[in-house]
Parts: sequence; C-alpha cells; structure tokens
Amino acid sequence: MAIQTIEKTAKNLILTVQDYSLFAWRAFTNLYRPPIYWSEFLVQSDIIGFGSLPIVVLSGLSTGGVLALQSSATLAQFGATAITGQFVSLTMIRELGPVLTGVMVSGRNASSMASELGSMVVTEQIDAMRALGVDPLRKLVTPRIFASIAMLFFLTIVADACGIAGGGLVTVFMNHQNGTQYLNMAWEHLRYPDIIQGLVKPLFFGYILSSIGCFYGLRTTGGTQGVGRSTIEAVVWSSVLIIFVDFLLTQVLLTLFPAL
Amino acid sequence: MNEPPASAQPGPGPSGQDIAGPVAAFCNVSIAFDGPPVLTDVSFSIAPGETRVLLGPAGVGKSVLLKLANGLLRPDEGRILLFGEEIARMPEEQLFALRARTGMVFQEGALFDSLSVRDNVAYQLIQERVPNSEIDRRVRDALRFVELEETFDLYPASLSGGMRRRVAIARAFIRQPELLLYDSPTGGLDPVTSTTIIELIVKERDVSHTPSLLVTHRLQDALVLCNHRFDPEQGRMVPFPKGETDPSTTFLMLEEGRLIFDGSLHDLVKSQNPFVREFLE
Repeated sequence: MAIQTIEKTAKNLILTVQDYSLFAWRAFTNLYRPPIYWSEFLVQSDIIGFGSLPIVVLSGLSTGGVLALQSSATLAQFGATAITGQFVSLTMIRELGPVLTGVMVSGRNASSMASELGSMVVTEQIDAMRALGVDPLRKLVTPRIFASIAMLFFLTIVADACGIAGGGLVTVFMNHQNGTQYLNMAWEHLRYPDIIQGLVKPLFFGYILSSIGCFYGLRTTGGTQGVGRSTIEAVVWSSVLIIFVDFLLTQVLLTLFPAL
Repeated sequence: MNEPPASAQPGPGPSGQDIAGPVAAFCNVSIAFDGPPVLTDVSFSIAPGETRVLLGPAGVGKSVLLKLANGLLRPDEGRILLFGEEIARMPEEQLFALRARTGMVFQEGALFDSLSVRDNVAYQLIQERVPNSEIDRRVRDALRFVELEETFDLYPASLSGGMRRRVAIARAFIRQPELLLYDSPTGGLDPVTSTTIIELIVKERDVSHTPSLLVTHRLQDALVLCNHRFDPEQGRMVPFPKGETDPSTTFLMLEEGRLIFDGSLHDLVKSQNPFVREFLE
C-alpha cells in the first residue's frame, strides 16, 4: 500500500514537471509568433510593476537598514565600520535585491495570477475563450510572463537603490557614521560583474513566478476550494524555486566571473 | 421578438465553405477521467440544418459530450469530425480556427466578468480587429435579437442569471456560427425565463437554420423546442398544429455514458426502452 502511494506520488510529480515544462515552453515561444497581445502586456506591466512598487520599496529600505545595523555591530569588532557601505551595496545588488524582490513579487503576483486564472477556469471562462477561438496561453499567460520578466528587472533596480538608501539612513542616523564615506564605499567597490549578476537573476525569477502562477491557475480543479489550493501551491513553489534557482545561478555566475 | 442580427442570416459560414456531409459526427467515442468511463462507444451525427436535443439526467456525460464536439476535451477512443475534419488528435493551435466557426453557450453563461456586455458579445470581433463602428453595430443587432439592447454598457455582475444566459447566446450568435452548442441553457432558471431562452433558440433555429446540439435534462424544454416554431409575422414562438412537430429537431438520450436513443420525437414517445420510459414519465 505504501509503495503504491509512493509510486502514485512519484508519477504525479513527474507528470506535473512534464506538463509544466511543455506549458512554460509554449508560453515562452508564443512571443515569437503572432498574434501578440501588446495591450495585455502593458496592462500586466502596470499591475505587476507599478502595483508592486510599494512593497518593493518598503522591503528594500528595511532590508538595507537591517544589513547596516547587523553588519556595523560585527564590523566594529574589527574596526572596519567604514566598509558598511560596501557590504550593504554588494549584498543588496548581488543577492538580496533580486531574491527579495522575486519572493515579494511572487507572493503578490503569482498568487494573484493563480487565483485569477483559477477563478476563470472554475467559471468556464477559459473554456469559453477557447470555444471563441482564442488561445488562453497567448492571451493570458504570455503577456503575464513577459511583463513579469520586464518589471522584475526594474523592480530589482529599485529594491537595490532602496536597500542602499536604507542602509545609508541607518548608518547616518542610527550608527552616527559618515554618510559620504558610506556612499563612496558603496560605489567604489562595485564592479560590472556584480551588477550583471544582480540583473541577470530577476530575468529568471520573473519567468519562474509568472509561469508557476499561471500554470497552477490553469490547472485548477474543484471549485473555489481548488482556487485556494492553486494559489497556495503557486506561492510555495515559485518562492522555493526562486531560492533554489538563485543557488544554481550564483554557482554558474561565479564560474563565469571567477574574479568575483 | 425583434428581427435577428444581420450576421445571423442563412447561407454559407464565415469561411465561405458549404458543408456537404454532417456538420459534426461522433464515431465510437469513449472517454474516461480518473474513474469509470464517462462516455462509452457513442456514435451519432448532426446534419446541416438539424437541431439535436441531447437528453439525460444529471451526471451522465452530456456536458462532456458537448465539449468533445468542439475539441475542448479529447476522447480516449473513437473519431470526432467537425466540419469534415478529424479533431480528436488535431493540435490545439489548429483547433482554434475550427472552434471559431462554432458558437457555444455555457451552462452558467461563462461571461468574462472583467469585460462589459459589449466587449463580451464582441469578443471574437475584437480579436479579429474589426473596426469599432462595425463592432458596435453588430453587438447592438445581437443584443436586440436577445432583447437586451439596454445592457450594452453594463458588466456581467449587474445582470440576472437569465440575462447572462441571453448575453451568452448573443455572443454565440454574433459571428454567424456554422454549428451552435448549448450546454443546459435553461439550467437553474425559473420557468418564465426558461421559456424566453427556449424561444430564442427556436427563433435562431427557424430563422438561421444553424445546425445545433442542445444539452438538457429538462424534458419540457425539449418538447417546447420540438412542438413550436417561430412565426416571423407575429414575432414570437407559436405552437405547431396538433400532431405536427419540427422535422429538423431530433433527440438523443444518454444513460450512464451510453447512447440509448437516437431518433425523432415520435420514436422517443413510442420507445419501449425502460430508461426512456422512466425519463418520459
């Protein structure tokens, strides 16, 4: 009995991965084949990008501030509080900016995509769209994926800037250190590979959060309870995948830029 | 009742093709999901101009059969022909063009709740980038056909169940489909609203002669459909003289996923099949 359960679970997992791979590939390649719904892309960019701005700004400011607080206490033991700026900027740009933005935007938008598309599935709106000769993948999924990729790129830049600003505020007003020195250290030790690493990651994270959100939304079964389940799965899996892919990407990028 | 929309006049479909054989045909179709088979070895066809009424109690696979007809679901076995093309194994991308030639009315209307009635009815026309003035004219025609012209700017949330169903019918009619599929169009409605919906279906049948497949568990609706015709002079549905029925309206009946009856109303009432007798009585 237990073996049968394990077998069934394994089969379901493999089938889900297979379905997701096919789904994600079709949604991605749709961008290169007409019709392309540019108006949908703009609408989704507004919802995902502008709509996520407050949470990204707040989380960026707070994280940068916490980094400055925590690091200055440790660095003070070595008399190295002067490098707080370098520490905060590198950590934000290379790691925390992209991951934090990815996870925050995932919590807001992967859940929204899963619940919106899930509701459309259970009320037969997706079937109605297909019956009217319109491909829901092109109309609903592809614009969301590309809007997420584009907007997460810019939101990450905002989060990085807010993180450095938050760290600066804490450094100046709470740690009573020199603000100019903080900014100089933050800027001078920054190299192009750091920036590239920080801006490549959101492209992958945007793809992950939107494709997972849409995938679970369109797989919804079981009425309103099913919508709830899809939303939970979308947020959990997109967040976990973002963190896991971040680990892989970091490995790859460190290999590509060994001087880092 | 008002005149039908200009787009609902008889003639060849939007593709310009005349359909010679059956508009749709099922050949030994079976489908199962996770449990026992939902449909087993189902075969029937829909001829040009024919209205087929699929009867059966809830849960026998009527809606599944309807979704198979335009490729929204794929059968496990058997062949399904739509406008002469085999669709059971056809790639989804190719199916969109075929589906656009059909009109489907879903059980609860399935209107897009983020769009206005105008945009819902015009959904296909908007995708085809028809000019706005043309869209407005055709939407008003379609809404006049279902007597809901005043809902043009409203959103589905502000419509009653019956109004939503009528808007869904307008959406299905607007592009002059070559096959109409109705999924329990009167399900959950009060008797008066149900009659209004059936009257619209009779009107569409008698004015446009569009072949259709209508799923219902309500025998009364099926009988009204068969025993009435649309009178263009009076602008309303009137009963046939006693003993006469609409020759183009025929019946199918499902029992536990199997097609147990295929024939006219006369054959239906004379049937000795115990399940049919029980259903009729």
